[in-house]
Amino acid sequence: MAEQKGPSAVSKALNAAWVRPFLFLTFIVVAWDLTIRVFAIPAYQIPAPGDVVAVLWSDWPELLRQAWPTTYATICGFLLSALFGIPVAMLIAGSKTVESYIYPLLVFSQSVPKIAIAPLFVVWFGFGIIPKVISAFLLGFFPVVVSAVQGFKSVDPDMVDLARAMQGSRFRVFCAVNLPHAMPAIFSGLKVSITLAVVGAVVGEFVGSNSGIGYVLQRSIGTFDLPTMFAALVILALLGVVLFWIVDRIESLVIPWHVSQREDIIFAS
Amino acid sequence: MSAATKPADYPGAHLRLVSDRAAGGSSGITLSGVSKTYRSRDGDVPSLKPLDFHINEGEFFVVVGPSGCGKSTLLKMISGLLAPSTGEILVDGEPVTKPHGNVGIVFQNALLLPWRNILGNVMLPIDMKKLPRAEFLVRAKALLKLVGLEGFEKKLPWQLSGGMQQRASICRALVHDPKIMLMDEPFGALDAMTREKMNVELMRIQRETGKTVLLITHSIPEAVFLADRVLVMTERPGAIAAIYDVPLPRPRSLDSMADPAFTDLVQRIRKHFFTQSALD
Repeated sequence: MAEQKGPSAVSKALNAAWVRPFLFLTFIVVAWDLTIRVFAIPAYQIPAPGDVVAVLWSDWPELLRQAWPTTYATICGFLLSALFGIPVAMLIAGSKTVESYIYPLLVFSQSVPKIAIAPLFVVWFGFGIIPKVISAFLLGFFPVVVSAVQGFKSVDPDMVDLARAMQGSRFRVFCAVNLPHAMPAIFSGLKVSITLAVVGAVVGEFVGSNSGIGYVLQRSIGTFDLPTMFAALVILALLGVVLFWIVDRIESLVIPWHVSQREDIIFAS
Repeated sequence: MSAATKPADYPGAHLRLVSDRAAGGSSGITLSGVSKTYRSRDGDVPSLKPLDFHINEGEFFVVVGPSGCGKSTLLKMISGLLAPSTGEILVDGEPVTKPHGNVGIVFQNALLLPWRNILGNVMLPIDMKKLPRAEFLVRAKALLKLVGLEGFEKKLPWQLSGGMQQRASICRALVHDPKIMLMDEPFGALDAMTREKMNVELMRIQRETGKTVLLITHSIPEAVFLADRVLVMTERPGAIAAIYDVPLPRPRSLDSMADPAFTDLVQRIRKHFFTQSALD
């Protein structure tokens, strides 16, 4: 900052928005490595970053193969929570009666820990993909509903009146006013939902599965193979980031008009 | 203009001129014994006492009154969004029981849909009424030109100033060629200078389109400046305190505000509120 001449190419590159998280990540990894060396933490408690990278390097075909079922279950669960969550939110926001029946129960059901009932799905549906999908769906469903209800409810009643006064049918007014208005809130719910769906899928794999990253985690904990476990965690985190990013991209395609998507241009009239 | 000549439903119909005072009869808006009482948990809340008055076709009718005197309720009832508790509203002799679409509404906030561009917003009534789009697109563009928004069709609402947004919302109220324009404090959110400009503009638009305008405002000078007749309302529950004819000749300009007849009438209307309580 001492030089007023303007930033050099190097500092420009270091300050680019997409570089910053990587810089921070590098910092964390270095701090992690130093801590292990300074405090002499044994490898069966926390593995060194180098060991984790080595596992990622040598086992990546296997990890990738295991990542696929997890990704598949996550996406299925996420799509289900969007498919059911948005219509349920429409009903709740549209009718006080429906709200009074459903909403308290929904909150109640959310307070039940999913990990406790996940074994039940294994009993019902076996060791296949279905228990994972259901578990991902159950975790992803609630945030979609809560955000979408808030979105549908925050429509300006004058705006709806205006459209209704033009003899718009309920359906047409809904499509032209309510639904687009709720979109930003729905997307913020979907973004929370996709990350929780990853957690849900892994929970499903924990309790009963013979494939997936959750299964790798379970197995490596059992054998104290901490580098593999950490490698699995890295894969999971990457999976979450990529899926979140995809939803984020879709959002900017669907609601380019929203405040959060605007570029920093000021229009002078 | 006789009651027999109905306005044709073609683009450009807004350019017909009418005389300032149309004859009474079945055309226009007639309210007979219209009142509204809201049900709430603490019992019934009377919002409007029974009202009887008639707005002529092509008339600029302004309602002034204190906050919460039921002016907005009145507007919703005329548009058919709200059923009166008692009485009957007739628009061109037809009783209003549901939204009839023969109105254009302008609220205090422009209420443009942020995801539609200006032209798309103006076209909203056409989409709602399922009218032929191509035909009315021409009309929408002509209206935008009329209010000086030519070249802004593709802009999004946030890219326009408050005054420009409100002008776009006036176009939206006119695009389906309704007979009546209902305006609920349309310029209340604008700064004083833009507001005066918009008043002159609105008067010009009303003269060029010949619409019946029912405008609600808090500002007494604005009411007198714009109106053919001013209805003064009492505090809640709203009732008619008086109806004044505005003797100022048309066309009016901002200079009309210096006319003694103008200041006299403003003074007289103001007295209504000072005997009641302050106008807020």
